[in-house]
Amino acid sequence: MLYTENKPIEEILESLGKEKNIFLLGCNGCAEVCETGGEKTLSAMNIELEKAGKNVTGTCLVDFLCNKMLVATRLAREMDILQHSDSILVLTCGIGVQAVSKVINKVVHPAANTVSLGGLQGLWPAEERCQACGDCALDYTGGICPVTFCAKSLLNGPCGGAKDGKCEVDKEKDCGWQLIFERLQKVGRLENLKKVRSPRDHSSMLPSSQLRKTSFYDLEG
Amino acid sequence: MKLSELFKQGKFVITCEVGPPKGIEIKKILDELEPLRGKADAFNVTDLQSSVMRVGSLATCRLLKDRGLEPIMQLTCRDRNRLGLQSDVLSAAVLGIENLLCITGDHPKLGDHPAAMPVFDLDSVQLLSAVKSLMNGKDMAGNELEGQPPQFALGAVVNPGADPLEPQIIKMAKKVKAGAEFFQTQAVYEVDKFADFIEKVKHLKVPVMAGIVFLKSPAMAKFMNENVAGIHVPDEIINELAAVPKEKRVEKSLEISARLIKQLKDLCQGIHIMSLGWERHISTVLEMAGL
Repeated sequence: MLYTENKPIEEILESLGKEKNIFLLGCNGCAEVCETGGEKTLSAMNIELEKAGKNVTGTCLVDFLCNKMLVATRLAREMDILQHSDSILVLTCGIGVQAVSKVINKVVHPAANTVSLGGLQGLWPAEERCQACGDCALDYTGGICPVTFCAKSLLNGPCGGAKDGKCEVDKEKDCGWQLIFERLQKVGRLENLKKVRSPRDHSSMLPSSQLRKTSFYDLEG
Repeated sequence: MKLSELFKQGKFVITCEVGPPKGIEIKKILDELEPLRGKADAFNVTDLQSSVMRVGSLATCRLLKDRGLEPIMQLTCRDRNRLGLQSDVLSAAVLGIENLLCITGDHPKLGDHPAAMPVFDLDSVQLLSAVKSLMNGKDMAGNELEGQPPQFALGAVVNPGADPLEPQIIKMAKKVKAGAEFFQTQAVYEVDKFADFIEKVKHLKVPVMAGIVFLKSPAMAKFMNENVAGIHVPDEIINELAAVPKEKRVEKSLEISARLIKQLKDLCQGIHIMSLGWERHISTVLEMAGL
């Protein structure tokens, strides 16, 4: 199972910035169990956002946000509302956020950090990858993960090694930062790249002793 | 002498690249630099260039210093985490090194130990910030350094030929913000394109040194065009080199480089020569270029 933890509300509000109309999209799979997705968390987030002066344009729950077919089909019904929303706050793991960003041309914000992929994964049928770094940066990179898409996991932009949009490590692999650049250009958020990202806290990749004792982490424990 | 001082004095700065050997016989490459004494202002010592294991930058920098030649220590993020990098920065200061060039580094997969773990705990922007923090007396974790903090001139790199160029320039601005005081570029063969780049980064008000790589043969130029990011040798230059008989190639190649330097000189604040084994020809090129 993909284990996720809610980002602090302050961090979420900071990342939403001046955006007023927010669509809430929650996952009913692993994230529901971790209480980072699901009905209960979605309602709580709705209240928090309204309290902060945001307008929640709509909410939607999808069983597995990591399944792009499922997400695209379900969101097709919400197109009108989505068109009038500034962004989507996605209540799920890193894979789910990337899947949503892939199927809809909207700014996405992760509401959770993915801490552990555990032994058992969600549906996860495609190219999106999450390293469970515990400090989700998908908000800043337009929903494309720099940790898994960039061969060097760079956080502050491309190295000088990409040629014709391909990675220096593998000519058949897209440069992750080129994808991020194009995506941010497309959703009008190129200014995100100007922000200096601090070095990662690698200790956040280690599941806490508390988590290790739960059945989220160890089904036999 | 810090490179930043030379730029402040308005000097047109000349640096050359030195690749330490694979093996411990280092005298030869140091001797080859002797003709450049008084001509080049400083020497970049590469840090396991192209991810090929060899003698390190730190030791070689100190040997240059002992000979009275000014070293620039290249520091990549490829092989060390933040503990190792910060420690090596302090070690460099202890050994009297005053110039650091902070770069991401090639991926290990491109080198002679492709199975090595790629570290990249920090990226180049974060490395610059970390060194800046040490210069202000604190390590990355916020712990105070004892006594006088180290002082360096901090350099960084940029690729003016990258396509798209915009992300490179955004990152360059971040590097300036993080503490970079001068930039060296990837090899330049297209003067117009370089002039456009300079126009786009003028607002950053930071010295830029244009990169020069000697073209040893038309085949090398074609290889770089196909394989090296951000390098484009125009057909005219390749044809010019191909048109002369083999025994005249070296002369022609040096002539091309000298001409490029002359054309680039007024656009930037210095040049950085990556001679790739042709160290013995550098002084000739500088003379031909009137430097």
